[in-house]
Amino acid sequence: MEAVLGRVGMWFGITLLAIIAIALAQDTGFAASMTVVAVVAFGFLIATTARFDPMARVQGLFRMPTDPSRYDDDPVRWGIIATVFWGVVGFSAGLFIALQMAFPALNLDSQFTTFGRLRPLHTSAVIFAFGGNALIATSYYVVQRTCRARLAFPALARFVFWGYQMFIVLAAVGYIYGVTQSKEYAEPEWFVDIWLTIVWVAYFIVFVGTLARRTEPHIYVANWFYLSFIITIAMLHIINNLAMPVSIVGSRSYPMFAGVQDALVQWWYGHNAVAFFLTVPFLAMMYYFVPKQANRPIYSYRLSILHFWSLIFLYIWAGPHHLHYTALPDWAQTLGMVFSVVLWMPSWGGMINGLMTLNGAWDKVRTDPIIRMMVVALAFYGMATFEGPMLSIKAVNSLSHYTEWGIGHVHSGALGWNGMITFAAVYFLVPRLWKRERLYSLRMINWHFWLATLGIVFYASSMWVAGLTQGLMWREYGPDGYLVNSFVESVAAMHPLYVLRAFGGFLYLCGGSLMVFNVWKTIKGELREEAPMTGAPYDPAKDRPIVAVPAE
Amino acid sequence: MANKHPDSRPVQPPAQPDTGGKRIDQPTGTETVGHEWDGIEELDTPMPRWWLCTLYATIVWGIVYVILYPAWPLLEKGTEGVLGWTSRGQLAEEMSLADQAQTSFREELSRIPIERLPDNSALMAQAVAGGRAAFKVNCVQCHGSGAAGSKGYPNLNDDDWLWGGDLKAIEYTLAHGIRQPGDDETRMSIMPAFDGVFEPAQREALVSHVLSLSGKGRSNSMGAQLYDENCVICHGPNGEGDRSLGAPQLNDAIWLYGSSRAEITRQILDPRMGMMPKWEHRLDPVTIKMLAAYAHSLGGGEDFVEVAEDPAVPVDEQP
Repeated sequence: MEAVLGRVGMWFGITLLAIIAIALAQDTGFAASMTVVAVVAFGFLIATTARFDPMARVQGLFRMPTDPSRYDDDPVRWGIIATVFWGVVGFSAGLFIALQMAFPALNLDSQFTTFGRLRPLHTSAVIFAFGGNALIATSYYVVQRTCRARLAFPALARFVFWGYQMFIVLAAVGYIYGVTQSKEYAEPEWFVDIWLTIVWVAYFIVFVGTLARRTEPHIYVANWFYLSFIITIAMLHIINNLAMPVSIVGSRSYPMFAGVQDALVQWWYGHNAVAFFLTVPFLAMMYYFVPKQANRPIYSYRLSILHFWSLIFLYIWAGPHHLHYTALPDWAQTLGMVFSVVLWMPSWGGMINGLMTLNGAWDKVRTDPIIRMMVVALAFYGMATFEGPMLSIKAVNSLSHYTEWGIGHVHSGALGWNGMITFAAVYFLVPRLWKRERLYSLRMINWHFWLATLGIVFYASSMWVAGLTQGLMWREYGPDGYLVNSFVESVAAMHPLYVLRAFGGFLYLCGGSLMVFNVWKTIKGELREEAPMTGAPYDPAKDRPIVAVPAE
Repeated sequence: MANKHPDSRPVQPPAQPDTGGKRIDQPTGTETVGHEWDGIEELDTPMPRWWLCTLYATIVWGIVYVILYPAWPLLEKGTEGVLGWTSRGQLAEEMSLADQAQTSFREELSRIPIERLPDNSALMAQAVAGGRAAFKVNCVQCHGSGAAGSKGYPNLNDDDWLWGGDLKAIEYTLAHGIRQPGDDETRMSIMPAFDGVFEPAQREALVSHVLSLSGKGRSNSMGAQLYDENCVICHGPNGEGDRSLGAPQLNDAIWLYGSSRAEITRQILDPRMGMMPKWEHRLDPVTIKMLAAYAHSLGGGEDFVEVAEDPAVPVDEQP
């Protein structure tokens, strides 16, 4: 009883503090964020005090594991639902801002719907909400199985999941109100950053605690990748967000670094967000789900060791290639470029290990749409990690930088690699987590696969053409030695390519919607009646020559 | 390798009773390492040779590159690299090469008076090319990328000129601007505001008369009389305008601020007057000359011949 009272007091206190913060807020954005905090804390207050039945369902959202002979999979189930939900939200936001680029009238003449505010909403929704939830959920799933141990600190594990959703909502509300510190992929302001730091440290404790409780003698390679992701993201997040708030009840803050140092820290963070958020932990997913789905051993243990250590050693230095031909000193630009180029083979080590794991199971590419997604994911991973080192070369960068090529590069990696491997993991996990015989529909996965692949092809190829067009138009010299094009002419030239890009995004969103439907039906326990996914039918009775029967 | 398991030395006689979990994987014929997690095993395949060789090659390339180019931070500054390359140096070199290629042309252009430019068709063509480039940087913001202008911003493709359309007049406008504060030589004129001067009926009559000058409205005696009393001194008896005052022609189909009755009424009662910045302090004289040649080439450029024949009437010299 005292414990309940204490908790009620805590939630009441937090609600009160949030309301005071709303009253004292220096700007609407901060007030809006604090409103979210107050509403959530008030919800907890009700949930804690209420003892009547309808709240039992709410309590279920935080229920603790009871059976020690089972893995603790509740946070994984929530995480998969969150992944699917935020995925479709993020894809929709992306499609909308892609259409804004093609048809600027869609900015709707409101500050809340301008491209500038919706763009971080899209990037954060897909990277941190869709990707982040997939990573937290799969890491909880994988670390338990490969350690043969339950999650350490189950209460903390639940806090991580719900705290992370809180971070997403606070960040999103801030973007709509224009609250941003203008750092790409690190837009949330100081109070949201502090909250994420607390959540992330809890995540680290849960993960390391589970590793420490393992009953296996060795730590599986996927867990090396997950652990390096958790540690490095903590380091990057804290250093890049060092800032001094203007007011304790206002959203504005000033960063600790200034000028080119700030730019360098930002791109050290920005590039390693790509490295340690979008590459390393997704490789961890690959290292678990590919061998499981293919039922084959990992191709090479030695390769996994060498490519893991070379990857994490080299990646952290590659950031300065985002600042070629700027005020950044030449020596830093050179190092950024050299480390990026050497990174090529370590990146490909993961692709080789993933693809070659299918040795002895290549026939499954024909029959298993999940394997097909994994293969395409690894192919796009390989392409993106070849393109990246190439774009980091100064001569190439002088053409590609500031153009749509960068957008095409990022999306071939994000849609192709991160998206596809996540979809594959979701389809692998859903029947197992909800104890279903199989997914609602395998053929729907096939449709998802083709819609997504076609969408990526439209997206990436239109942006490659757009980027080259921009780069070449900007630097085009006429025979008389003068620049030929004005900037606005290069903008006008983009229109058809922007329309094609939006079409590609539309296809990708359609695929994602099929996934929502399929996952929903699977969780409900329904099975779609459909022909199995096999090759051409074979009838041994007909597989024989016709022997002429002599007349009698 | 990093595997410290006692039984995992690379070569094991296959007949050993305790294989430490190792086995030969049938489809590939490769030995496993001997670990197993949740059913996942690992093969002991050696690293692909091409992969390793490419990795070493990129490392060797990296070492050579950081010797050749500025790379390592030291106490005072970074190493400079054997080649002595800098990004600033690269820019300076490319700019000076581009400048050198134009030196003789620019000198020639700076010597020739602008009214003589059409005589030298090769030089004129080069000036137009240079003007087109400079226009895209400096002028498109108001006049549009095709120089077609927009409401309030003159179209430069037509032959309707407020302040004169020969090369010299255009050059003058570019150098000194229009209604540029702080420049005594700028093109300057003010149209008085007639707000409160006319009765509503008079106003309507005047607007009709103005429209009739270009054949769009009905002429009427009240409007004609008002026009003669108030407008004719600048816009001329038939609305032909006066370039020395920048007074627009009213008897053509080109309207800077719109041709509807409401827009013309607004322009009479509370006239808007465009302002163009002067460029002589921001662009060098050769670039201004090139811009004049480009604007002149767009379709409405007028010959300078008449003025040259009659130098006593310097029509476009005075603002």
